[in-house]
Amino acid sequence: MAKLPNEPSSEITPQPLYLRRREFIKNAALFAGTATAVGGGLLWVMSGGRADAPEPASPPPDAQPPAPRAAHAEPIAPPAPGSPYGTDEAMTPYKDVTGYNNFYEFGVDKTDPASNAGTLRPRPWTVSIEGEVNKPQILDIDTLLGWFPLEERIYRMRCVEAWSMVIPWLGFPLASLVKRVEPTSRAKYLAFTTLLDPKQMPGQRSHVLDWPYVEGLRIDEAMHPLAMLVTGLYGKSLPNPNGAPLRLVVPWKYGFKGIKSIVKIRFVEQQPPTTWSLAAANEYGFYANVNPEVDHPRWSQATERRIGEYRRRKTLPFNGYGEWVASLYTGMDLRRNF
Amino acid sequence: MPNRKLFSGPVPFLKPAVFVGSLFPFVALAIRAARGQLGANPIATGLNQLGLVALVFLVASLACTPLKLLFGWTWPIRIRRMLGLFAFFYALLHVATYSGVDQGFDWKAILADVTKRKFIFVGFAAFVLLIPLAATSTDKMVRRLGFARWKLLHRLAYGAAILGVIHFIWRVKKDLSQPMIFAVLLAALLAVRILDSLGLLRRAQPKVVHQDRLAKVNPD
Repeated sequence: MAKLPNEPSSEITPQPLYLRRREFIKNAALFAGTATAVGGGLLWVMSGGRADAPEPASPPPDAQPPAPRAAHAEPIAPPAPGSPYGTDEAMTPYKDVTGYNNFYEFGVDKTDPASNAGTLRPRPWTVSIEGEVNKPQILDIDTLLGWFPLEERIYRMRCVEAWSMVIPWLGFPLASLVKRVEPTSRAKYLAFTTLLDPKQMPGQRSHVLDWPYVEGLRIDEAMHPLAMLVTGLYGKSLPNPNGAPLRLVVPWKYGFKGIKSIVKIRFVEQQPPTTWSLAAANEYGFYANVNPEVDHPRWSQATERRIGEYRRRKTLPFNGYGEWVASLYTGMDLRRNF
Repeated sequence: MPNRKLFSGPVPFLKPAVFVGSLFPFVALAIRAARGQLGANPIATGLNQLGLVALVFLVASLACTPLKLLFGWTWPIRIRRMLGLFAFFYALLHVATYSGVDQGFDWKAILADVTKRKFIFVGFAAFVLLIPLAATSTDKMVRRLGFARWKLLHRLAYGAAILGVIHFIWRVKKDLSQPMIFAVLLAALLAVRILDSLGLLRRAQPKVVHQDRLAKVNPD
């Protein structure tokens, strides 16, 4: 008969401890599972219910700017120092300009445009010029880009949410286009419209705003040399999240006036409706001039956080462009016309 | 032979596990902040996330009693105090981030914000309501106040949660879907309590075996 190994009885785990060991393992597993479930659930809520939070977009690997679509032989002139077309303030990094902005057509989070705007097709693209003009027409975007030399302008951008950026835009004065299509004497305002296509702009399937996005300017505002139609930034074609292929930039007004992915510019006699004032008339007006004296009903506009900076800075009247634009509003009550 | 029931209940691991899990948001935010991974506007991101987590804990702490009434579960009651204290912890971090990091301890601007902006006022009021609750969260304070009075005082948690949800609703620019989830949850939890106090709710029987275990293992 084979001899079984005979452990000294002192090494035998007492049965109660043996049972506890199994309970211990079970409880350890339950502990790990519960902690992970609680913690994971909280992280899931923090990520807005998504599996993973999107990382801010980084510039494409070929970070060298491709030539803008329209061929321009002459180099793009940088803004003259001391002019309102430039600034010596530090520019906001490309990844923040393209990775953090509002474009509700692609979702309401400020990282949504960078994540979701891949579905937008900026070519082929047409812009309809209509209404009170002698030369109404439907323009191919590349024809439009060929009409005017592109300029680089470094503007401050002040969002109504009290954050701001400094962005080198590429484009041409809106005034150049206005003159070229010859407004009639009845043209008092310009009404802009964004593309309406929920296939390309999935955010339009949600009814968070009345689609399509519409914006407007008084014609003297549109003729002001600072008002700009933009087709690029940082020397490159405009990225989809920033409103490709054509957007408006009016640097003395809150960012939401800068309508993106424009398909229609209509010249009209009456002040046109604008999307945010349709959504909340007491919070967002037609003029939307940057004004530290007139607070948003729910938050102060006196200060802003420049993206990349730690301390808040004071907001300037007309976003610092008052010297050049304040005369547009002489005699107007800017508290009432906010 | 030990009573095997003593070790098979859910209790020994529950509190430590919930405690560790509840620290995940704090640890995740701290790591992301240190690595500069909070995005282009890290202060706004941190502020929003801390506020969101505080509200999650506040609503979770208010769900414990309704869960017992509806399903007879008693384990949520065991972690209710911890959930409430975590709500206070994250609310405190939220308020500290707002005053210190966002406003740079500019007390004049903060005072103007709290008094002039109704959304900041209700948020601040919600936080103030949580202070006495956190201060009286110990067993000693329950005894000192007497359970009836303590319970009455801690009804303030509902006030804090309602104000917290209003704070959230008034904060967002347009998309109300996320704050509305909280509003609906809170309304449902309140409805259970109201129906119960009117005697209109058929209470579930507490799971007796379960309670038995609770009593033996964790007689605090």
